[in-house]
Amino acid sequence: MRGTPQVLAAGPAALDPPRPSWHRHLRGSEFAWAIAFVVPYAAVFSAFVVYPVAYGLWMASDPSLYRDLMANPLYAQTVINTVLYVGLAVNVKMFLALLLSGFFMRRRWWIKALLPVYILPWALPAIPAFVSFHWMLIGEEGLVNSVLSALFSIQGPLWFNDRRLALGSNVVAYIWKWLPFWTLTFFAARTAIPQEIYEAAEVDGASGCRRFAHVIFPLLGNLYLACTLLSTLWTIGDFTTVSLVSEGAPAHSTDVLATLGIHYAFDAAQPSLGVAAVMSALPVLIPIVVMLMRRLQTREVQL
Amino acid sequence: MSVALSSARREQRVPRPRHRLRRVLAEVASVILVVVLLLWSLTPVYNMLLIALDPDDGDIEFEGLLWPPDPSLHSFHAVLTQGYWLVEDFWRQFGNSFFIGLMTMFLTVLIGSPASFALARMRFSRGWLLVNAPLLTYAVPASFLVIPFTRLMASYGLSNSLWAIIAANVTFTTPYAILILRQYATLIPIELDEAAQVDGASPGQVYRRIYLPLMTPALAAVGTFALLLAWNEYLYQYVLLSSTRNMTVAVAIAQFFNSDEAPLNYMMAAAIIYSLPPIVIFYAFRRYMAAALTRGAVRG
Repeated sequence: MRGTPQVLAAGPAALDPPRPSWHRHLRGSEFAWAIAFVVPYAAVFSAFVVYPVAYGLWMASDPSLYRDLMANPLYAQTVINTVLYVGLAVNVKMFLALLLSGFFMRRRWWIKALLPVYILPWALPAIPAFVSFHWMLIGEEGLVNSVLSALFSIQGPLWFNDRRLALGSNVVAYIWKWLPFWTLTFFAARTAIPQEIYEAAEVDGASGCRRFAHVIFPLLGNLYLACTLLSTLWTIGDFTTVSLVSEGAPAHSTDVLATLGIHYAFDAAQPSLGVAAVMSALPVLIPIVVMLMRRLQTREVQL
Repeated sequence: MSVALSSARREQRVPRPRHRLRRVLAEVASVILVVVLLLWSLTPVYNMLLIALDPDDGDIEFEGLLWPPDPSLHSFHAVLTQGYWLVEDFWRQFGNSFFIGLMTMFLTVLIGSPASFALARMRFSRGWLLVNAPLLTYAVPASFLVIPFTRLMASYGLSNSLWAIIAANVTFTTPYAILILRQYATLIPIELDEAAQVDGASPGQVYRRIYLPLMTPALAAVGTFALLLAWNEYLYQYVLLSSTRNMTVAVAIAQFFNSDEAPLNYMMAAAIIYSLPPIVIFYAFRRYMAAALTRGAVRG
């Protein structure tokens, strides 16, 4: 995995291969070829992204929908839940992933042996994983509460009867599922840091925390930020975790925008209201996408 | 934290006494962390086994034991022989999941690879537009698109059709595939293309004879990612597939939630069987996926 310095966010531009000067301008048949290569993707993009989005915006264009939303106290709580869920889950996960990727750099056989087990949550499909989390936490017979009472004779709480505990359960299940993936991403980026940089840092007396703060974090900072933005985008739209782990319990108080929108659209048969609920996140999503595009373009962050 | 980050290099030197204690502590801490991570990673999986092996159809009860007193494979047998009304179409649903996964994989590679070739190897004056289009897809998370998407599919007559799911999956896997393939393509020397050009090869020939063979590892990785995403996907299947015969295993498992006296051990047995194919594929293709990650894959 070594020898690919381009992955590095801060990888000096000098390491990039010189840009090919193959086609200055595409002419005649070459242009036709290029179009032919791109047409399938363009068709998918316009049929399944542009058209539905336009349709969705049209569905949610009535201002009275938003008045209805605002009037509903459930909506305000859902927005708060979404902010808490995304903010906690993404940031804790990314920071842990960054630290653990350093742990996996250590050359010990027991750490190497751990890696295949550690990435199991990533390989396990989401449905079985979250269903298992749900039944692990439910009631008094769930695994967690059985262990608590067997080992410490503590009566565990009813996890889904309390809003904070239920929200926390969602966050933990989400982190469990996606932590290995980001750990490996940062691990790959770390292996691309040239060994000389570590050596130079060591000669200068930077080790441990100081090396992390002054050497590794500046090098991986850009990548870290880009990954966090991307993960935020994906998590804002996350439906599966909340709908299977806490199921919005107690009484829709842990719903996020995605589950509330789907609930409005398909259980309450108010598709326009559902679209309006999810579209209300666009003012947050669009700036994130713009930031991400800028990062990817100007800084040569190679994701 | 200093423990986790101290490099292996440092230990090669002859340690001074003060450092020796720190080293031993660091090793102990790392072993403890390994144990914690093992428990963290395996507990939910263990919980699945525990419930699936419980011989009773009804509730989960452990009686203070961390292992069912009387483990049995009865639930696996019931699922595999479709011996209960909630699993009576299990094999058909399993086939549906496979069909969706394989078609998603195939179409992602089929659509993504020529697009990545055009973007990475040909000079496109408006290339940036296409480069950003994939990112724009991410501005509209899947759960936001699903409502208008469902209505469109109904108007195309595709509701309750596996093809609607495949279309949705491909929509979200292709942008990702293009991003990775474009990155990976920078590894292949452009001189190869130029030499072929001089010999009179058309872009189509360059794509087929040079680009595709050299990109095989990345294509394998992208295909695997697409398959895994299709296997992870739940929302579109839940919303679009209504009849039991067209359902996938993912929806069927979630169906257990809706009926009150559903046997949990059957549900978990079905969940475990459903998890096996992606796990096998994942570990078989782990090398390719690691390579793609190094080149900067971002989605799991």
